[in-house]
Amino acid sequence: MKNRLKVLRAEHDMTQAQLADAANVSRQTINAIEKGKFDPSLPLAFKFSKLFKKPIEDIFQDEEE
Amino acid sequence: MNAEHTNLKSQLKKNTKRLSIWTFAWVITVALVSFGAKFLWDFNEAISIAAIILNLITGIGLILANRRYIMDLDELQRKIFMDAMAMALGVAVVGGLAYSMMDITNVIKGDAEISIVVMMIGITYMVSIIIGNFRYK
Repeated sequence: MKNRLKVLRAEHDMTQAQLADAANVSRQTINAIEKGKFDPSLPLAFKFSKLFKKPIEDIFQDEEE
Repeated sequence: MNAEHTNLKSQLKKNTKRLSIWTFAWVITVALVSFGAKFLWDFNEAISIAAIILNLITGIGLILANRRYIMDLDELQRKIFMDAMAMALGVAVVGGLAYSMMDITNVIKGDAEISIVVMMIGITYMVSIIIGNFRYK
């Protein structure tokens, strides 16, 4: 799954640690998601959606799309 | 914002401390049962049973503390731990049975020891956690 987490984080001028703080996960998790090594759960995806005020499909896209 | 992450970190710290205490207590009771019967109470059956019950109680505490520790991790950390546990379980079943068959078929000299299997599980678990952390670095 592709994601725009890194771009959105940069747009909001946030570090990985700050985003991790906001989402209540480890920085390792944010890094793994940004690199596409780990797909987050639906609740975590909703957290990102709320934090960035964007629909989930604007943050995460299917690789085949 | 920071409060939530501090919660995650402080909870992890608290759970690590709790798990350490239960692990230490369990190891002590294992040593007590293993050596106490011979050196402290001369194989008195009642005391041995009491020591084994104490060992089981601390063992249950250890299992629950470990479960709590894993449940409070974040989802990636939990996945790393779950993958490591799956590997450890697989090695325990496959490796343990192979080791047992080596004993039955006299491939190894002497009897198969449960401590070897326990060490094998522990090493597999630790190596799997290191690999998992490296993979998602």
